[in-house]
Amino acid sequence: MVKSNSSGDRMVKIVSYTVVTVLMLSCLLPLIHTLALSLSDKSAAASGMVTLWPVRPSNSAYKAILGDKQFFLSFKNSIVRILLGGALNIFFTVTMAFPLSRSKRLFPQRNIYMWFLIFTMLFSGGIIPMYLLIYRLKLMDSIWALVLPSAVPVYNVILLMNYFRGVPRELDEAARLDGAGPLRTMLQVFVPVSMPCIATITLFSIVGHWNAFFDGAIYINTQAKVPLQTYIQQLVVDMRASSVMSKEELAMLAEISGKSFNAAKVIVTMLPVLLVYPFLQKYFVHGIVLGSVKG
Amino acid sequence: MMTNSNRSSGSLPKKRSNSERLTYNLLMWPGVILLFIFSIVPLFGLVIAFQNYIPAKGIAGSEWVGLDNFILIFSLPDSWRVLGNTLYIAIAKMSIGIVVPLIFAIMLNEVSSKRYKQVVQTVVYMPYFLSWVILGGIFLSMLSIDGVINRIIEMLGEEPVMFMADGKWARAIIILTDCWKNFGYGAIIYLAALTSIDLDLYEAAAIDGASRFRQILHVTVPALVPTVVLVATLNLGGVLNAGFDQIYNMYNPLVYDTIDIIDTFVYRMGLVDMQFSLGTAVGLFKSVVSFVLIVLSYVLAKKFTGYRIF
Repeated sequence: MVKSNSSGDRMVKIVSYTVVTVLMLSCLLPLIHTLALSLSDKSAAASGMVTLWPVRPSNSAYKAILGDKQFFLSFKNSIVRILLGGALNIFFTVTMAFPLSRSKRLFPQRNIYMWFLIFTMLFSGGIIPMYLLIYRLKLMDSIWALVLPSAVPVYNVILLMNYFRGVPRELDEAARLDGAGPLRTMLQVFVPVSMPCIATITLFSIVGHWNAFFDGAIYINTQAKVPLQTYIQQLVVDMRASSVMSKEELAMLAEISGKSFNAAKVIVTMLPVLLVYPFLQKYFVHGIVLGSVKG
Repeated sequence: MMTNSNRSSGSLPKKRSNSERLTYNLLMWPGVILLFIFSIVPLFGLVIAFQNYIPAKGIAGSEWVGLDNFILIFSLPDSWRVLGNTLYIAIAKMSIGIVVPLIFAIMLNEVSSKRYKQVVQTVVYMPYFLSWVILGGIFLSMLSIDGVINRIIEMLGEEPVMFMADGKWARAIIILTDCWKNFGYGAIIYLAALTSIDLDLYEAAAIDGASRFRQILHVTVPALVPTVVLVATLNLGGVLNAGFDQIYNMYNPLVYDTIDIIDTFVYRMGLVDMQFSLGTAVGLFKSVVSFVLIVLSYVLAKKFTGYRIF
């Protein structure tokens, strides 16, 4: 590229670097602040003295989590949920994307199924009929209420279907000539070459299951079965009240809940997402977004 | 290649291609059954919008009331308020959600250090993957009267503000924090479009004496226009989705006036107050309008940009 050193061009550079850096810091600072809160002394956190660095550092908030039985129960519930929900999601995504990626000649009913899937994407009954259905099916208070309704991720099926269609024809032909049936072709040819896409979809669905809170709030009544985000949400209700409280009311609340304690829970809750995030980021730009933009 | 593949498949024994079809159908069925139960059956549940539904009596035993529920809903001032709030918040989020990622992507494109670019991208995509439970907790704590934001305001010698008790502030915070969470992820689609620009275009412009600013204006921006049009049209279908997860986690009764939206209204009416029929009627109204908008947006997107999802 031609180098140009006019002052106007330098100005463009400076403004760009500044804006980009400010936006990046804006994303980082609330998280750093929360981390600092969680590592601060209880009273320092409650008085709003903490900004970006722990004030009177203390690990008492994290120690308190160790004593919070509900937190561990909920953490375990969420792990079970992502394993079960994630497995169901992969199973249905692969088994449905593969037949749908076949040509109409090989799979004549393909378009009927396709329209059915699109129909389910366009129309939804909304939360009340769904709630009544879960109630009728006697799934209330069960992990199945959290994983079955979203077991077939239609959007992901279409993404993977498009990815399967990009698999070179020659691979398919070779498998056919070797006498492989459709199931073997799917498992031994299509699945291995589509790993980047499947990995991305899986991570997205795991993060989705980890982050879901609302179904846990309406379908689960037994506190011991509540998933982690729902439990944290119950604490947020306290915070929600605290956002409109006077200073005197807050001082009372600080005695029982405490900002640093809640901050520590928030940090631990987002930790798993932050841990898988590097893997997620590695794939999602190339694996999903580019594929879906090109159609 | 086409004739070749036709021939090889055409020569397959008939029996085998039948069993292949059977396998495909069998692979589809488990998922289709689940989708039927959890996507189609609830649609039948929508009939309770035309009933005075009483759970103990069930759908078969409840009284039919025709359009009474809809007439009642449209006579409530609250319904018009939540409709207005929904449109206001959704449209504001969409507009800012197009402009901010666009500017960010253009400016990131001007950053010459590859390493720094990657660091920035890693950081700004992250909030997208955090739940509103977590982020609601973080923001509410920061914005409370004893939070860090008010601490800074006090240090500047101003009076502290109860942000989430004031309708206008609460609405602005809802819109801004949504932008904060999504702008990085929203920029990916623009950054992808930028990678397809031919670098020769910049060089040619530079030789013609165009400054970097003019190059952005005449090379970068035109390359992004089709993507902006596409995103804007596809957004149309979401005009009644103002973000349930976020608002559910951040609102409180003091600010229902400005940030209560259709979805939170349906939730409270249906699942908190147990007015199943009324809640379903509001939900049905929203679904029908959304459906029309989604179809319209796909038709427009296909017409303007040739985009197809299927």
